[in-house]
Amino acid sequence: MQSIINVANLSYYYDSFASLDNISFTVDKGDFLGIIGPNGAGKTTLFECMLGIIHDYSGEINLFGSDIKLNKKTLQRIGYVPQKKYVEQTFPATVKEIVSLGIIGKKLRKETIDNAIEFVELDAYQDKRIGELSEGQQQRVIIAKALVKEPDLLILDEPTTGIDSGAQEKFYDLLTKLNKERKITIVWSSHDMNAVQKLASKVACIDKKLFFHGESEDFFGNEERMKSYVEFAMQSHMNLHFGNSKKMETTE
Amino acid sequence: MEMFFDIIQFGFMQRALISAIAISIICSIVGLFLVLKRHSLFGDALAHVAFGGISLGLFIGIYPLWTAYIVSILSAVGVNKLRESTKIPSDSSIAVLLTSGLAIGVILISISGGFTINLFSFLFGNILLVSNEDLIMILITDAIVIPVIYLLYKKLILIVFDEKQAKVSGLNVTWINTLFIILATITIIASIRLVGVLLISSLIVIPNITALMIRKGFKKTIFISCAISIFSVVFGIVLSYYVNLVPSGMITLTMVSLFLVTVIAKNLKFPLNNIVMNKK
Repeated sequence: MQSIINVANLSYYYDSFASLDNISFTVDKGDFLGIIGPNGAGKTTLFECMLGIIHDYSGEINLFGSDIKLNKKTLQRIGYVPQKKYVEQTFPATVKEIVSLGIIGKKLRKETIDNAIEFVELDAYQDKRIGELSEGQQQRVIIAKALVKEPDLLILDEPTTGIDSGAQEKFYDLLTKLNKERKITIVWSSHDMNAVQKLASKVACIDKKLFFHGESEDFFGNEERMKSYVEFAMQSHMNLHFGNSKKMETTE
Repeated sequence: MEMFFDIIQFGFMQRALISAIAISIICSIVGLFLVLKRHSLFGDALAHVAFGGISLGLFIGIYPLWTAYIVSILSAVGVNKLRESTKIPSDSSIAVLLTSGLAIGVILISISGGFTINLFSFLFGNILLVSNEDLIMILITDAIVIPVIYLLYKKLILIVFDEKQAKVSGLNVTWINTLFIILATITIIASIRLVGVLLISSLIVIPNITALMIRKGFKKTIFISCAISIFSVVFGIVLSYYVNLVPSGMITLTMVSLFLVTVIAKNLKFPLNNIVMNKK
């Protein structure tokens, strides 16, 4: 199987605290990888390293066979859907205008934009301002924006946080369709263990360190492993709090 | 209408109207991005720095707008770098910019021994005194700002919408932001002749927040903002000539009136978005 992402010994320190500690994993073509971890586990930091937003990490990240630090062109093959952000109602861009931002520097055909909007089932809203849509619909606009460049890899950072359950289901159906029908490799972080269990073919559990990476059923089908993951995550947070209070005592 | 044709026969009025329209267009375009970046007061701060630059020019005896350009561009780029490197909030960095510009201006005025009539026209603007050199400078500014914004249009929208997504799209966000700040600076300095340092924010902010209320897409919002701005400057200048009042004040009040009318219409649920530039 062709490896699309290869992360080797990745560590990143922020203000002398480890955000990521010696993480290694690979993602193969066609995978649907769910990344789970509690708040502050380093999921967003991991994505920011993979997407070339953070540069000063140690270790190596190869995307499509080349080092992301050396070859930014690989970003053209990636669609990115960040955590839901608040869009003001008055923000003047329409759905169509936002989707057209998916490719910069090249003329986009009208059909490409229309097809992407149709795929996420927002044709009826294409001339509406993005701020006037519901949060679930706004995230689907961002998916459509990512789709116009026909990505090989889609990276989604907790895309459904704060979105109602009905809209979440619709969003998950869309991801499944993209993975199964369009053969797009998906790397997706979420708090929602049930959704990850249902959708992802592979799972990575992180909390600064990588606890598990492998087939979904090897994790969710193994009660002992799940239990020890919960203990690992709790221990990791205890350490963080204990470390902080110790630091405060020393400072005082 | 007859009155309008009477007064545009004067050379000074022709220069005033051409330069005012040229300024209103670039202020609307640049202003929309500033408003959406929540940098509405950036224009005000830059104008105050320009005030320091103008005072320096008057103090050392060279054309004040040149010194205003140099001081403002250096300060704006410097403060932006400071904001990025120290992560201080943008409103605080704007306050640093605003107060330091004003402080330099005040010190130079006190060293030179007082307030001059030249400085007064830079503070409150006087579009009727626009010279041929001023007009050429304003038109050159338009010829630079409009094509560059046109080329950066999609990139700027993406940065305003989500800077992180813009970075992932491979854009050099720092470079584009710096270039935009330089464009904003030269726009604001070109506009000082029209409304002066103290009322510059009106041109940047009011037409844009009025246009944003009409709930159209990005391109249409820019056109509506330009239309509001052009109407306000022409109406304000012509009215000020007849009632013999300061043009900058009349222009600003016209804009504020249009803003208030829009607010009232919106509150009365008047379908503004259906009557302005609908395709069908």
